[in-house]
Amino acid sequence: MIEIKTEDILETIGMIENENFDIRTITMGISLLDCADSDPVKACEKIYEKITRKAENLVRVGEDIEREYGVPIVNKRVSVTPIAMLLAASGGDPLLYAKTLERAVNTIGVNFLGGYSALVQKGFAKGDEALIRSIPEALDITDHICSSVNIGSTKTGINMDAVKLMGQIVRESADVTAYKDCIGPAKLVVFCNAPEDNPFMAGAFHGPGEPDCVINVGVSGPGVVRSALTKIPDANITEVAEMVKRTAFKITRVGQLVANEASKRLDVPFGIIDLSLAPTPAIGDSVAYILEEMGLEQCGAHGTTACLALLNDAVKKGGVMASSSVGGLSGAFIPVSEDAGMINAARSGCLKLEKLEAMTAVCSVGLDMIVIPGDTTPEVISAIIADEAAIGMVNSKTTAVRVIPAVGKNVGDELNFGGLLGSGPVMPLNTASPAKFINRGGRIPAPLQSLKN
Amino acid sequence: MRAIVTVVGKDTVGIFAKVSTFIAEHNVNIDGVSQTVLKDTFCMIMSVDVSNCTVPFGEFAESIKAAGEKDGLAIHAMHEDIFNSMHRI
Repeated sequence: MIEIKTEDILETIGMIENENFDIRTITMGISLLDCADSDPVKACEKIYEKITRKAENLVRVGEDIEREYGVPIVNKRVSVTPIAMLLAASGGDPLLYAKTLERAVNTIGVNFLGGYSALVQKGFAKGDEALIRSIPEALDITDHICSSVNIGSTKTGINMDAVKLMGQIVRESADVTAYKDCIGPAKLVVFCNAPEDNPFMAGAFHGPGEPDCVINVGVSGPGVVRSALTKIPDANITEVAEMVKRTAFKITRVGQLVANEASKRLDVPFGIIDLSLAPTPAIGDSVAYILEEMGLEQCGAHGTTACLALLNDAVKKGGVMASSSVGGLSGAFIPVSEDAGMINAARSGCLKLEKLEAMTAVCSVGLDMIVIPGDTTPEVISAIIADEAAIGMVNSKTTAVRVIPAVGKNVGDELNFGGLLGSGPVMPLNTASPAKFINRGGRIPAPLQSLKN
Repeated sequence: MRAIVTVVGKDTVGIFAKVSTFIAEHNVNIDGVSQTVLKDTFCMIMSVDVSNCTVPFGEFAESIKAAGEKDGLAIHAMHEDIFNSMHRI
């Protein structure tokens, strides 16, 4: 007989049909450390062989699970060891690696591959700088490769030489992809405290401390949370937090189920569930609308930071109990161009960059998918990165910057990437020059972990 | 393996017969049924055993959904575990 309550069954179906509930990604993390070779051509051969062998069935298994369980699994992705580590052993042209990864992606049919990355929080090792300097061209000549660079951490401080360089790289990346709506920097994340098991793009990479091969799953569901809150319009904030927790629990349980099933069918160990609320440009799949449902006229109003803090924390509390292992970024994402409510708030001028920066102190990532004026200097971009990294470093959390200089455009114009990356208005920046500070170089020392005030 | 089949749509003559015939044709056994009509909306939930289904379950789920659409019915066939994991600790 049916042992599950009718209303529970209908609730689950409603989440999927009407509230955009989905599993955002199954990401297979693959270590490439055993592919290192002093000959870059041989290293690339080994990389292609390993990725296409390990992830051969990833897309098919994802589609099978999607059909059998009736839950959309939007993306199937791969993350790999930061390529700078392999480049350290081989030397040579970093773009060989980028082309090899793209070829592997086309063979296995995944949506994205992350790991064209370098970890330079304390300084540049051999291979790091060459890889970073190749990022603009690598993101131009490939369609599915994502890049990230970790420039700081709570334990090491902030590498200001890397911050300076990354300002230039973001700028250059926009310039060389200006002919395709500046898509380059949309695939490039600059991190402080980068997690090594994050399944979400563009910042996914397979950390050196990870096992050989692992399955990480990213859940989503801002629409489900918002819909749950519409059912309690007059509840107090304690009840709102409880409702978010309960909803996050349900969402994460499905993520865990999918992760276990994928792990079993692919014969690859389960790693973590990333319990992030990841918005998409679809109406109703917005984190901003959750904040507005809590009682803000528009996202960006005073009170936004408090609402986001509650949301971020409640999502974690609900999700942690639902999964055997939680990791990655886990929290609420606030990518402006990927969130219908954020786009509206940025267009109307209610949501400003300064407010977004404050929000990043309490959300799970950072300044994400923000379109900035085309004439922004590399130093200003570096300074944005430094500010954001400082918030992450001092608060022992992940922060990141993914800004897109819209070449040839200014405030009032819009940039349209299409698909999950969405579209966004150019947001005004404070243009006073931080050039002298950025050009000093050196390192911001790691912060004290006591005397916290 | 057990699955849950839900059928929602405008109430007309013969919905139950059509759906259960389709299920029987695929050698799927019905373990339990709960059915209501609210105003004009027909709502039925079936627990089924698909162990001996003539086609892989993913294919069955897709074809029953397509069959429902022809008659203006929203039919979902989903693995029972999705509901168990979401609503039970």
